Amino acid sequence: MTSRDRVLRRIRDALGPARGTPVPVPRDYRRHLGAEYARADVIALFTERIAAHGTPVRHVGAGGLPTALAAALWAREAARIAVPAGLPAGWLAELEGVAVVPDGPGVDPAAPDGPDAVVTGCAAAVAETGTIVLDGGRGQGRRALTLCPRLHVCVVHADQIAGTVAEAAARLPPGRPQTWLTGPAVARGPARERSPHGAAALEVLVVEDWL
Amino acid sequence: MTAAPRPRLRFADAARPALADTALRRDLRDGAAAVRARRAAAVAETPDWAELRAAGRALKDRTLLNLDACLERLERAVTAAGGTVHWAVGAAEAARTVARLAGGAAVAMPAAPVLEEIGAADALAAAGSTVHRTGADAEFPAVRTAVTGVDVMVAETGAMVLLEWAGDARRCLAVPDALITVAGIEQVVPDRADLEVLLRSLPRSAGERLTPAVSVWTGVAPGDGPAAFHLVLVDNGRTRALADEIGRAALRCVGCAACLDVCPVYERTGPGPYGAPPGGPIGAVRVPLQRGVGSAATASLPFASTLCGACADVCPVEIDIPEVLVHLRGEVVDARRGRPVPTPELAVMRAAAWTMGDPQRYEAALRGGVRWARLLSRGGRIRRLPGRFGAWTDARDLPAPPARSFRVWWRDRAGAR
Repeated sequence: MTSRDRVLRRIRDALGPARGTPVPVPRDYRRHLGAEYARADVIALFTERIAAHGTPVRHVGAGGLPTALAAALWAREAARIAVPAGLPAGWLAELEGVAVVPDGPGVDPAAPDGPDAVVTGCAAAVAETGTIVLDGGRGQGRRALTLCPRLHVCVVHADQIAGTVAEAAARLPPGRPQTWLTGPAVARGPARERSPHGAAALEVLVVEDWL
Repeated sequence: MTAAPRPRLRFADAARPALADTALRRDLRDGAAAVRARRAAAVAETPDWAELRAAGRALKDRTLLNLDACLERLERAVTAAGGTVHWAVGAAEAARTVARLAGGAAVAMPAAPVLEEIGAADALAAAGSTVHRTGADAEFPAVRTAVTGVDVMVAETGAMVLLEWAGDARRCLAVPDALITVAGIEQVVPDRADLEVLLRSLPRSAGERLTPAVSVWTGVAPGDGPAAFHLVLVDNGRTRALADEIGRAALRCVGCAACLDVCPVYERTGPGPYGAPPGGPIGAVRVPLQRGVGSAATASLPFASTLCGACADVCPVEIDIPEVLVHLRGEVVDARRGRPVPTPELAVMRAAAWTMGDPQRYEAALRGGVRWARLLSRGGRIRRLPGRFGAWTDARDLPAPPARSFRVWWRDRAGAR
């Protein structure tokens, strides 16, 4: 008898006649923000919550994004950046004197001699918690890309911002590796010292088409 | 069957060094107070907290009562996504499986309760693997294999969900060769929709709106992260807990640790005396439920509580920990009932039962007891009881009984009419 069979048999023996009892799950919890939240309020809430983690966040119009990206990288003196495949080429149009390395298995963004910064898009964002979610989709790259400890500039389109965790989870296609980032990595416990493993510097650019 | 570290000492004895360490007690008290405050703030801004708790409780009960089907479904989904599922009855078997899968390669290993429970580090080292425990060091080892725990597994999709603060586990998920994940069989949930409950209630219960890093992965992702994914499902006494109709509720635990920081006992002793992680109220029920109350050490854990109920109030999946503690205390007493030499407590209780079983014996004992008690008292208080009973008066006085008992007063009153 394999261990699999033994574990399953133990479970069946343990449950006895109770096995297979259906338990209804009451799902009357809040899946959306209240009706008082207009679209602009959701975006404002996201900005407020992500700024509460100490993460710099700026709002730009679609036309202003290349300049804002170049400024963010220039301010941090990033000379070499890694970007995922499928990042819209226009985003990097304003860079000057910055070497752009395409992400791939040979690139280790976490290494001390890795790129100075990474630039990615995201799959979704959550207003309620101030979270960005990447799932390896277009313009997001491998999970390893977000491990760059020096600077991660993440571009969030305003229509990607969901109100709640439930809304964001429902938007994400299953099966892809997801990374949800909410504030800086810290040591668990009361002192909450910064952890050396997080992206020490996440910056968020929110693109709003009407700006 | 279990090679994992077992608690050797009874809780009261193991707690003495921690209780004597004033610096540790101060750190524990301040730490617990800070986490309690953050948790209270995170819960206060959640208007549907009661609904989330009810849903969390129901979805975990649904899991546990259908655990066999749930795990088979999980296995199918993980396999379909390119992963391999392994099963282990005991801790030693689980640790050996992990070591075999690592195949002597150096591994990165972030801290996780289940890895401590099975003794993964020792088994890996014995099999020739260098184990790099990740955590506070900025230097991340150059390894190609990682061993991790997990918080929630979704049977429907085969997704693994890992919540963390420090971000070192996230780095482990990006190693190139193999990821070996160890999970308790109860850590599964049936559906994707269950995540929208636990991704809110678990982090808030631990004091955050959402934990700083949440990773979700399903089998292997071509071109992103490890080429092989192994999931090791561990029983190690969980089915023993499942067989206990009252104790079963403790398997709902999602590992938020909220019950630790509200516990007046844990706040003074820390995790050490509980003998196995995570300790605290949930540890005091999980260890005896999974291992039985045969040893003096595990049998002492249900008594390491004041039954104040704070743990039940904060639990995000509504585990009534005091109820399970009381149930386990009964189990401990029952297990010792048949011994040839009764425990002192049992001998006293039997003597009391015999005395109280007959009105004449009871009144005679009462008269004698009152006389002796009044001889021991000074100024209406008994400051020290003789012999073994002295331990009870170490920290408190006992009021002297009145000269005339209620029974005597009642009889005189009835006679006067």
